[in-house]
Amino acid sequence: MKPSLVKPSLVAALERIVGPRWIRHRRAELKTYTMDGLPTRESFPGLVVMPASSAEIRDILRLLHLVGVPFVARGAGTGLSGGAVADPDAVLIALTRMNRILTVDPVLRRAVLQPGVVNARLSEAVAPLGLHYVPDPSSQAACTVGGNVAENAGGPHCLKYGVTTNHIVQLEVVLPDASVVQLGSLQGDPWGPDLVGLFVGSEGMFGIVTEITVRLEPVPPSVRTMLADFPTVRGASEAVSGVIAAGIVPAALEMMDRACVAAVEASIYAAGYPTDAAAVLLVELDGQPDAVDGEAATVESILRQAGARQVRSATSPADRARLWQGRKKAFGAMGRIAPDLAVQDAVVPRSALPDVMDRIEEIRTRHRLSISNVFHAGDGNLHPNISFDRRDPDVTHRVHLACREIMAACVAAGGSITGEHGVGSDKIDYMPWIFDPETLGAMRAVRCAFDPAERSNPGKVVPLHACREWRAAPGVR
Amino acid sequence: MSGKIVLARLKALLGTGGVERDPVGLPRAIPESADALSLVCRLAHEEGWKIRIEGQGTWLPGDAPADLAVSTRALDQVVSVSPADLVATVQAGTPMETLRRRLADDSMWLALDPPGRPERSIGSVAATGTAGPLRHGFGPVRDHLLGCTVATGDGRLVRAGGRVVKNVAGYDLTKLQVGGFGGFGIIAELHLRLRAMPRADVTLLARGPRDALTSAARDLMEAQVMPAALELISPALAAESEWVLAARFVGTDAAVRGDVPRLSSAADLVWQPLPAERTASFWSVVARGILGGPVTLRLGVLGNGVDDTVDLLAHALDEGLVSAGAGSGMIRWTGDAPVERLREVRRVAASREIPMTLERAPWPVRRALGHFGAYREGVGQIVGRLRDSFDPGQCLRVALEGVTGD
Repeated sequence: MKPSLVKPSLVAALERIVGPRWIRHRRAELKTYTMDGLPTRESFPGLVVMPASSAEIRDILRLLHLVGVPFVARGAGTGLSGGAVADPDAVLIALTRMNRILTVDPVLRRAVLQPGVVNARLSEAVAPLGLHYVPDPSSQAACTVGGNVAENAGGPHCLKYGVTTNHIVQLEVVLPDASVVQLGSLQGDPWGPDLVGLFVGSEGMFGIVTEITVRLEPVPPSVRTMLADFPTVRGASEAVSGVIAAGIVPAALEMMDRACVAAVEASIYAAGYPTDAAAVLLVELDGQPDAVDGEAATVESILRQAGARQVRSATSPADRARLWQGRKKAFGAMGRIAPDLAVQDAVVPRSALPDVMDRIEEIRTRHRLSISNVFHAGDGNLHPNISFDRRDPDVTHRVHLACREIMAACVAAGGSITGEHGVGSDKIDYMPWIFDPETLGAMRAVRCAFDPAERSNPGKVVPLHACREWRAAPGVR
Repeated sequence: MSGKIVLARLKALLGTGGVERDPVGLPRAIPESADALSLVCRLAHEEGWKIRIEGQGTWLPGDAPADLAVSTRALDQVVSVSPADLVATVQAGTPMETLRRRLADDSMWLALDPPGRPERSIGSVAATGTAGPLRHGFGPVRDHLLGCTVATGDGRLVRAGGRVVKNVAGYDLTKLQVGGFGGFGIIAELHLRLRAMPRADVTLLARGPRDALTSAARDLMEAQVMPAALELISPALAAESEWVLAARFVGTDAAVRGDVPRLSSAADLVWQPLPAERTASFWSVVARGILGGPVTLRLGVLGNGVDDTVDLLAHALDEGLVSAGAGSGMIRWTGDAPVERLREVRRVAASREIPMTLERAPWPVRRALGHFGAYREGVGQIVGRLRDSFDPGQCLRVALEGVTGD
């Protein structure tokens, strides 16, 4: 057996940086950190360290650089691709203590925060100023902005306003060699190449973010949330295309299939969705009141033409919140069905949604599984979610097969293997399906520009052979 | 290596039609596919030739000293357009005007209005990251790109991103290419995010002293009046006697009908709507006017810093041709000035935390200043390693840092 790189002397040295209280190294203590939101990947980290400041992170990374130990940064552990799971040879750096909003500038509409700030807390904090932070993953009540940066997280309202990368203007980053760099600028225009754009979504493999400057947006003066139900998924999909083709960009356009609606309505998050519908659409419009009224009339007409049985608008803020609660807590509602939930994340061209849905249904039937689907339909981003019990090896095996086949179907339709959850370790084997060896090699080389020793979140995203192929190409030094 | 030998080898690779000499006799390769582009780069890398990157030749002057010019002008095909998905794949040398017309046939629209001539290539717009006034409402160039194919300096083809509007598979290499000025490879093909053709497109103008207009622009932002473009334009650029604040509303009839009346109530200015038939020509004057001097600078500054920064430019250079996003804040200046003075402007801007990018200039200026100039501490090393990775033989003659030698 290979000797662990995480030795007692390292524990002592880390204790001197953060204090003994903020180190976890006993097996029972480490259990909490063996998984993130992916139920099929489990590993004990070598130890867990919980810094409270950028300076402590610098000191930790300097120490790990000296002794050549890999590390993995972790926020709230809500990631769904195994990206925040560390092997026994690595140190897990938990950023949950770094949860302060450092400054808010309401005039420039900027906030500077530490990576452990919970997404929803940021919007709550700036709400009295009439501002909000737009990216709103379904896990926003728990996930951290640092984690969102690592995964380039999305959310329902990213259809109109863009995903995380569109809302980050500057990053302070500690690189694996403990050097500190500022990427981007307060203005959003880069000092050089767009390294913020490159860093966001790099899944913790370029370094650790210690300060994040985000763009804040005004809370829209008027919001209209509509619920439409359809007898077929195809009809709902056509409605989505119709709305977009009309030049209307809703703030959000979400779809749930019958199984998802049934799970929600049977849970404490019941939102009054019609359980006999094949699909329901949530459409949200925002902007100035006149514009919202005008666009809502057009949207309603498009929904009805596409076969909506019923279209209703939320009648009050509480009603709107209820409609959204059902959608945002859908994953939680599915937790009632079985002990484990494999939340999948894929993207297909919008026009391919109905055909891919048919294919998923065929896969579900053949593998005898329970799959409920929820989509960011405006983006073609779908989440087929499989409820199962991982204590049953046969079921677990079938879940693996089904996940793989679903991903293959999405890729065959011209799609991608992840829209907002990342590759992590879950989907690393699928990367060659969508990227050729030269592109994978380029990714690996880009990672090496930030982390030549490849110690930051090792073994994720890019298959290992890629860098060797890239470096072996003619002329590469 | 003599030009004759370079030419002969290129002809063997691309055929006679794919090679010519530029006006000063430099061999120019004109590949018709990404694969052919890759072969040209590979050959150049193996032979140690320096490459000058040219698109349609309408933005950056084709004057970098090199052994070989590579033009993307034959990479001019709109490969595919998907109205249902609002996505298009186009070759990099496709002129913006050709693309615009092709998309209009399907009632689609690319929300980019870069400065320069209408025949400017989409690859040039992406490589230099030059967004126009619509940046205010629709974001910078990077927000419109879903993916791209790039030939590296040593001839490998990297296919970054994809054709779907949301995608986090792997690192976002497309972001590195947008605004990378070709330092990380030559863009061959792009996947673009489109929008449905707007039903309404209305522009209103207000004229007056600059500070009154910038103050009004801040009032509009505060009142959440959100035009697609809110551009402050200098008299010389607008071909008017006063500064102009132009507000352009683009979208559905309902949205535009709702927004336009709010202009007057939110900002104390006299707004004059442009007649529909004059809208295109007005924005065309602004876009083309930016070619009115040999040097174009882009300064990243927020709306409240526009006045001070324009003062800085006027003081250190001249008032010149200025176009400034009065809301989103990016300032574009065009004129002429000695290198030392431009360097001083960059130094003063940096002291105010304002990044300055050299968007367009003759080669001696680009070489001396670099598109980006000095980086923040530690960033230069990363950029250097990235360039080494994408162009290990340093074939691509692109002055990012202002240190490239001849």
